[in-house]
Amino acid sequence: MDVPVKPADRPLTGRDTRPVYQLSRVSKKYRQGNIQALSAVDITLTEGSFSSIIGPSGCGKSTLLKIMAGVEPPSSGRVVLDGKPVTGPRRDIGMMFQQATLFPWRSTIENIVLPIEIREGRAAARKAHVDARELLELVGLEGFEEVYSHQLSGGMAQRAAICRMLITRPQVLLLDEPFSALDEISRDFMNLELQKVCMSRRATTMLITHSISEAVFLSDRVYVMSARPGQIIETIEIDLPRPRTTEMMVTPAFGVYVQRIRSLLDKGAFQ
Amino acid sequence: MSTSVSEDDTVWTEHVSFIDRIPRWIAMLGLLAAVLAIWQASHSFGIVSPIILPSPGETGQDIIYVARNLISGGYMLKALWITTQEVLVGFLFAMLFGFSLGILVGETSFGERAVMPYLVAIDTMPKVAFAPLFLSWLGFGIASKVALAAFIATFPIVVGTAAGLHGHNENARMLFKTMGASRWQTLIKMKLPMGLPQIFTGLKIASVGVMAGAITAEFLGGGKGFGELIRVAASQLQTPRVFSLILYLSLLGFCLFWTVVLVERRLVFWHRSSGPTGAVR
Repeated sequence: MDVPVKPADRPLTGRDTRPVYQLSRVSKKYRQGNIQALSAVDITLTEGSFSSIIGPSGCGKSTLLKIMAGVEPPSSGRVVLDGKPVTGPRRDIGMMFQQATLFPWRSTIENIVLPIEIREGRAAARKAHVDARELLELVGLEGFEEVYSHQLSGGMAQRAAICRMLITRPQVLLLDEPFSALDEISRDFMNLELQKVCMSRRATTMLITHSISEAVFLSDRVYVMSARPGQIIETIEIDLPRPRTTEMMVTPAFGVYVQRIRSLLDKGAFQ
Repeated sequence: MSTSVSEDDTVWTEHVSFIDRIPRWIAMLGLLAAVLAIWQASHSFGIVSPIILPSPGETGQDIIYVARNLISGGYMLKALWITTQEVLVGFLFAMLFGFSLGILVGETSFGERAVMPYLVAIDTMPKVAFAPLFLSWLGFGIASKVALAAFIATFPIVVGTAAGLHGHNENARMLFKTMGASRWQTLIKMKLPMGLPQIFTGLKIASVGVMAGAITAEFLGGGKGFGELIRVAASQLQTPRVFSLILYLSLLGFCLFWTVVLVERRLVFWHRSSGPTGAVR
């Protein structure tokens, strides 16, 4: 990690920094089947913080993320990003999925500037090539600008997807299990890359994951969710120094956090 | 036991059968030669009457005769040009209607729920049966031939386009949603390009159908095209001429089909190498 960040620059709990994204008492009920997917979720993301949501399958994590991305309305509750309520997809929200979803008829750089092309047209997209090159460098993909997606490995495709998410300079990043389709070795490496990217851009990030160690490794704060109706049963502050390293994953402190989250999830599963 | 490996240690090797080792072009030429030999034999031994099946030699001579006529700009070239026009104009109309209907059916729920059932119903009919109708509506000129050719070729394009538009994946749709893409942008920048492989499958089927439509209409409705030449030659029992005309006609179909394939290779360059389904990663 070549990004020197003093712990003081990066508040772990975000106690004394500006809240960027606020969800208060957000619920979601699907009329079809009368399913209560989410129940009174409160989440506050502070500037530059990294939060994770972890929970069993079908706990409504993805629904929550869709609400946060502005692609699905909540049934009730307030969703406010940067002082303005979220009522639809926004430029200042960046999103990333399990699949890189690069379009094979576009070169890497054309894929990366796609959000600009959609929002501002081709001319703006061409201007954004400069930014795109910078981002490619940030994720170690320089020289792959003109390469088509079928020539990229899974990890490289996800790094290109990171660039595409960052190209609009979003306030908040929403990650929906971004590396769960990768093998474990690439996954650990991509998590390091992700930390580097988030720290260097001071991005406010929300990650959805199934992996306890991934959540602990990356986050300042982990929200543990219960099964349907999805609600947050515990919020755990991860007080480990930044930047996190893979060596930390075998320290006792790390193990304590993992154990704590695991027991919460187990309790939820057997209640 | 010895650790060195000698040839005798190999007990099982891959065996490539004789037929797989022959280069493709030799296999093709060999088959052609065999068919010609059987053809010649059935002629020489008088098994089949020369009126029904002329000798390969006669047919070859006629092929050369027709080639001369075509090259010198004779009446056959004019006939071929008329048929070519019918086929090309028919194909253009088929693409126009096919894409429009395909997008209507693939993009709107009205199209899918109200229009598609009728299209399926018409598609199951033998479309050649509509030929007399087109003749009585449009007369014996080129228009009725164009109409039948376009009519037959429209359906594969509709089906290909509609299937292509439905083939997009959930991730891509979600991504476009988060980028705030309009319906038009989603169609133009995502659904249509993603559906190109299926659209081209439809176009290839249509390029074959459009030929069948034009020739059928010529058989039934006369005119001055290549189909009419074939019909006249057959009615005069000029069997070698029928064979050679069919050969040149197939060249026209071949050119159209390969034009479509070449355009596909240019536009859908990403498909083959990205896997059998052209999956987006």
